[in-house]
Amino acid sequence: MSSKVVQALYNDDDVLMHAVKEVRAADHHIEEVFTPFPVHGLDKAMGLPHTRIAIAAFCYGLVGLAFATWMMNYMMIQNWPQDIGGKPSMSFWYNMPSFVPIMFELTVFCAAHLMVITFYMRSKLWPFKEAENPDPRTTDDMFLMEVSVKGNEEELTAFLQNTGAVEIKVTEKH
Amino acid sequence: MASHYEAPIREPLIIGDKSYHDITKDVAAPVEGKANKQWWIVFIISMAAFLWGAGCMLYTIGTGIGTWGLNKTVGWAWDITNFVWWVGIGHAGTLISAVLLLFRQKWRMAINRSAEAMTIFAVVQAGLFPIIHMGRPWMGYWVLPIPNQFGSLWTNFNSPLLWDVFAISTYLSVSLVFWWTGLLPDFAMLRDRAVRPFQKKIYGLLSFGWSGRAKDWQRFEEVSLVLAGLATPLVLSVHTIVSMDFATSVIPGWHTTIFPPYFVAGAVFSGFAMVQTLLIIMRKVSNLEAYITLQHIELMNIIIMVTGSIVGCAYITELFVAWYSGVEYEQYAFLNRATGPYAWAYWLMMTCNVFSPQFMWSKKLRTSIIFSFGISIVVNIGMWFERFVIIVTSLHRDYLPSSWTMFSPSFVDIGIYVGTIGFFFVLFLLYARTFPVIAQAEVKSILKSSGENYKKLRDGNHE
Repeated sequence: MSSKVVQALYNDDDVLMHAVKEVRAADHHIEEVFTPFPVHGLDKAMGLPHTRIAIAAFCYGLVGLAFATWMMNYMMIQNWPQDIGGKPSMSFWYNMPSFVPIMFELTVFCAAHLMVITFYMRSKLWPFKEAENPDPRTTDDMFLMEVSVKGNEEELTAFLQNTGAVEIKVTEKH
Repeated sequence: MASHYEAPIREPLIIGDKSYHDITKDVAAPVEGKANKQWWIVFIISMAAFLWGAGCMLYTIGTGIGTWGLNKTVGWAWDITNFVWWVGIGHAGTLISAVLLLFRQKWRMAINRSAEAMTIFAVVQAGLFPIIHMGRPWMGYWVLPIPNQFGSLWTNFNSPLLWDVFAISTYLSVSLVFWWTGLLPDFAMLRDRAVRPFQKKIYGLLSFGWSGRAKDWQRFEEVSLVLAGLATPLVLSVHTIVSMDFATSVIPGWHTTIFPPYFVAGAVFSGFAMVQTLLIIMRKVSNLEAYITLQHIELMNIIIMVTGSIVGCAYITELFVAWYSGVEYEQYAFLNRATGPYAWAYWLMMTCNVFSPQFMWSKKLRTSIIFSFGISIVVNIGMWFERFVIIVTSLHRDYLPSSWTMFSPSFVDIGIYVGTIGFFFVLFLLYARTFPVIAQAEVKSILKSSGENYKKLRDGNHE
């Protein structure tokens, strides 16, 4: 099944924001918006749900903390409870202050790296990934909104023209 | 325009009549152009220093640590001094990208990329020392708790030197992904501008196929914010752990509870000084004076002044507590610093770290580029001596007078240090030619609020 999209290019973020609101109000479906920099409030204007990546990071941090605690308890207290410089090795809690630095570092390590990996996976970013922005100018100074065509194509392009688009293109979406 | 309101009292952060496209062009220019003669001269000098240092390292590893100036009493000197110095320098990068992000400081945007690059390259230099100062560096992997054939013989998690392993490797790796994630949109910009197929391929590879979708940006900003929130305690903890190499010891002059915050303050102090040194040159040679403005230099000077004062406060606290403690060993350690055979190092450190940042109270001096450049160099010399003084003066005279001795470095000690400076500049010079040295995507997002042209427009309108 092929579907058509209108690609409207804007040269200003304020105009784009305005256009996004108008397009939404007119009940057209915004497929995608490509921008060269983070336009604040754009996700809200488009009605994108909030990202949960911070929640994921918190959970990853807990995993790191649990792993560090388990590892040091096993190695220092369970497996080889030795006397190293008079440090109490008979209980995890007695020797706990010495474990805090690594518990902290591993918490941060896991939270940071696993969150970044999650981000790369969810946003589909990896070294040999082909870029998908339809126009190379969208990483420079142009803003591109893709609106799917349902019903009258001319009407939609005319409508987008009125929102301040500087260029309009109708293409087949793969 | 109302969405971009900013108080008229704020100075513009982007000078001149810049558009989004101008920012792209200005940032891409050094990458797309060719290196000039001066770049090659500096690069060759740095490379020579690096190769000399690498030779000294190989000589050390091949012949033994005895090639250094260490002795039975002073077992740590230039190696750990340089290690702590480089780690300290690295900290400003994270401070700028993480702490200033949390405090919503817009001026960070023009300097964060280079500051983070500096972090990465400085931590790489720092990371060399824990390995090469080992007597048997080929056994270095034994510091990792890997299951093994010795009945699973583990590491001792009570040692701050092992904490260092975790701290430095976490710090380097987290800084690296933080930096790289921020680079994606900028590499994408270079990719989309590239005309030569090779460049297009390289930047296509580096940019991970970044397309700038609204959802990508939403996640990107959240990831940046969370990473900043993680990097801030990380940067504090890393230098804290480094300081615990000394603070947890029983050596008079080392055993102090003030070290963790005091080392961190010193790290910010020396790190900002290094950023200042590098950026004052970079804004000139890469034609980025419209983005790295006098205001940026002044604000960095203010941070140098504040952290320099914190360091000064710590020095006085240490002296007070030594006197107040009633412990002769502690009192002697400080007496020895001020009047002993290394008094010259102590007073050099005091002059550089306590007095020089106080000049920044003067508006005239802190807005002088030449003066700022001079002070930034002085601060880094002073902070090198701070670590040297702490390490060597506490070791060469402590509990047993029969163990008192002196320390002087060998040419290998010095060669390795020079080598790391060379390596740092090799990396930084290559970076300046191939990476977008300003986070253009971030700078574009503040153009309308902080660009000179837009500010003028608003002031004209009497908003």
